[in-house]
Amino acid sequence: MAVPQPVPRGCDGKGRIAVRAHLWSGFRLVLLMTVILGLGYNGAMTGVARLIFPRQAAGSLIVRSGTVVGSRLIGQQFTSGRFFQGRPSATTPPYNAASSGATNYGPTNPALIDEVRTNLAAVERANPGVPSTAIPPDLVESSASGIDPDISPEAALLQVARVAAANRLPTQAVRQLVLAHERGRFLGLYGSPHVNVLELNLALLSLVRQG
Amino acid sequence: MTVPGVLQLLVFMAVMALLAIPMGRYMHRVFEGRRTFLDPVLVPCERFIYRFCGMDPTAEMHWTTYGLALLALNLAGFVVLFALILLQQVLPLNPAHLPKVPFWVAWNTAVSFVSNTNWQVYGGESTLSYLTQMWLTVQQFLSPITGICFFLAVVRGFSRQNTDLLGNFWRDFVRTLLWISIPGAIVGTVVLVGLGSPQNFSPYTVVHTLQGASQTIAQGPIASMTSIMQLGDNGGGYMNMNAAHPFEAPNAASLLFQLLLGFLIPVGCVYLFGLMVKDRRQGWAIYATMALMFIPLTLIMYHAEAAGNPILAQFHLSGTANMEGKEVRFGPALSSLFNSGTTAVSWGSIAAANDSMTPIGGLIPLFNMMTGEVIFGSWGVGMVGMLAYAVLAVFLAGLMVGRTPEYLGKKIQAFEVKMSVLAMIVPSFVILIFAALSVMLKPGLGAIANPGPHGLSEVLYAFASGVGNNGSAFGGLNSAAPWYAATVGFAMLFGRYPMYLPLLAMAGSLGRKQRVPVSAGTFPTHGAMFVGLLAGTVVIVGALVFFPALALGPLAEQFAMQAGRLF
Repeated sequence: MAVPQPVPRGCDGKGRIAVRAHLWSGFRLVLLMTVILGLGYNGAMTGVARLIFPRQAAGSLIVRSGTVVGSRLIGQQFTSGRFFQGRPSATTPPYNAASSGATNYGPTNPALIDEVRTNLAAVERANPGVPSTAIPPDLVESSASGIDPDISPEAALLQVARVAAANRLPTQAVRQLVLAHERGRFLGLYGSPHVNVLELNLALLSLVRQG
Repeated sequence: MTVPGVLQLLVFMAVMALLAIPMGRYMHRVFEGRRTFLDPVLVPCERFIYRFCGMDPTAEMHWTTYGLALLALNLAGFVVLFALILLQQVLPLNPAHLPKVPFWVAWNTAVSFVSNTNWQVYGGESTLSYLTQMWLTVQQFLSPITGICFFLAVVRGFSRQNTDLLGNFWRDFVRTLLWISIPGAIVGTVVLVGLGSPQNFSPYTVVHTLQGASQTIAQGPIASMTSIMQLGDNGGGYMNMNAAHPFEAPNAASLLFQLLLGFLIPVGCVYLFGLMVKDRRQGWAIYATMALMFIPLTLIMYHAEAAGNPILAQFHLSGTANMEGKEVRFGPALSSLFNSGTTAVSWGSIAAANDSMTPIGGLIPLFNMMTGEVIFGSWGVGMVGMLAYAVLAVFLAGLMVGRTPEYLGKKIQAFEVKMSVLAMIVPSFVILIFAALSVMLKPGLGAIANPGPHGLSEVLYAFASGVGNNGSAFGGLNSAAPWYAATVGFAMLFGRYPMYLPLLAMAGSLGRKQRVPVSAGTFPTHGAMFVGLLAGTVVIVGALVFFPALALGPLAEQFAMQAGRLF
């Protein structure tokens, strides 16, 4: 086997010094890819997505009698006692879907303790008779995105009595509604059980209209 | 901690170990130039790119030439991206009428995306137009490939002998782009849209909420960017809150798929390493070291997050889990797996706010980054970092028994050890010096959000993330403040290129060496002893350098939290 000859530093295998050539090749590659990937890839994928999954590609929007009332993926702020309420949101205004964000409070920050105390008081005030030991952390601690569409099933169930009373519905029917909207873990392992608040409230509205 | 919470991690790791084999084999075929099923389409594209860009894909390169071509491409990428970001307001596809990007934000962002960091000093949906986001995806394709090329050159130093030549940079680059990045990103986009992520150029949607208010929902080509940012271990999300945003990861299935995407190439690289050095056991030994570190670290993080914050026990809630800064659909277990995974792999996507983790929950991502992101690591770079640790480990073993150390049949001598240590010292030095300056100077202190030791953790995290080219953050820190925009920008540069050059030089030196035959005195590097030694080296080196800083940050906070002390 022939032993290859040593190559001088800074040269390629054919002995050429190539600083400028490499820079020039680099620029051409970047410009070519800016067109092919930046415009082509993103554009083509948008076309393909609209064709195969039109609903998802548009943002999973929910249309009710002609108007878009929300996206099933994006949480909305519910303050009225008639509706199931979602998680505390750190965005301004709350549930700002054009600027997501978290509180970023650390565990020994007094602001965190104050936040939980305030949120807990609000949940207890809105749901009289519900003891704090029935209130899960997700209902008093802020979400990561500020637009978390979900709450835990526990957080939904503790609101059943209030929502049923406010809408003059039988408690059992509202409870059934919550249980029907409960989603489990993916493959039984991944994620946490949850209830989509907007979908639950939409189902609640149709129940009110029927009843 | 729950049974599904522990099982999800073990199942994930088992699936990744299985996927490593076909992925590594496929990559081996691509780099050996053997036939693949994509050849009929891609070979003509490959030829066109070489011709259009004036590249010679046949000439093998000296390590200096290889490094030069690598730097040239990165410089070109920076210049083009920087210019395009600054031109945002005069270019189309800006339906939300977002204004000009400030100069330092543009500078930091261009460095960040070219160096594969994807540190974001801006909120995506509130700062960048659709078109600017699309320019960022270009670097999300290109920057990880730089890492693969670096890896290929270094491994060739081990696998070849009596040569100065480490391969052809352009050929390695273009083949990775065509055979791995683009097909992977296309498949990823389709799956992500199917699982719910939007992909459109519509203006931001204004909806009328059930309560009668109006809500503006940011839209955009989200799935196509999410796909390549996860596959390429970039981590720079379309939205401010990254994968915690329900449009980027609408459900646990989508987040799990994104985890698979992010781990796919890194685990493939480990198997590919075994194939390239013609001894798969060497690859599995490294793989075992990485997995044996990742599993306990992730379990510790999950345990800390499930146990939660004892200070909140005064409110007597129904559970203890720390849900501050987490999404309900993911919960503590999947959030911990994701955030631990994205810092072990130099990736930086997040599914929960790291800043609001418990002290130990935040320590794990910090530790993952400070040890050099060698637990799988991003495309090739983590694997090379682990090889540098392996060189150090056999050197330490050699010192203990008094023999000249060998690794993969190559004698490890003073030059190799010096280069490995240099590649480890520079990043550590930059993290600690910048963090120290930040907590001494007013502009550094002013941007800290959380009081007490947590504030120090925020600063340490910022520089560990920048230097490690990770890109995740303790989000409370005002990273857009000029001090951090500038220093983290430099940290990203220091963390990437000064690590490349010494290790390429090491590869150059190794390639010239003759392979020595295995003898009775050779320390085997494919057994349990080596795995233990290597993991020990990573932990000890990482812990020794950073322990004092970590003691003042997350560890001090942990003790304070247990004592119920606020700051």
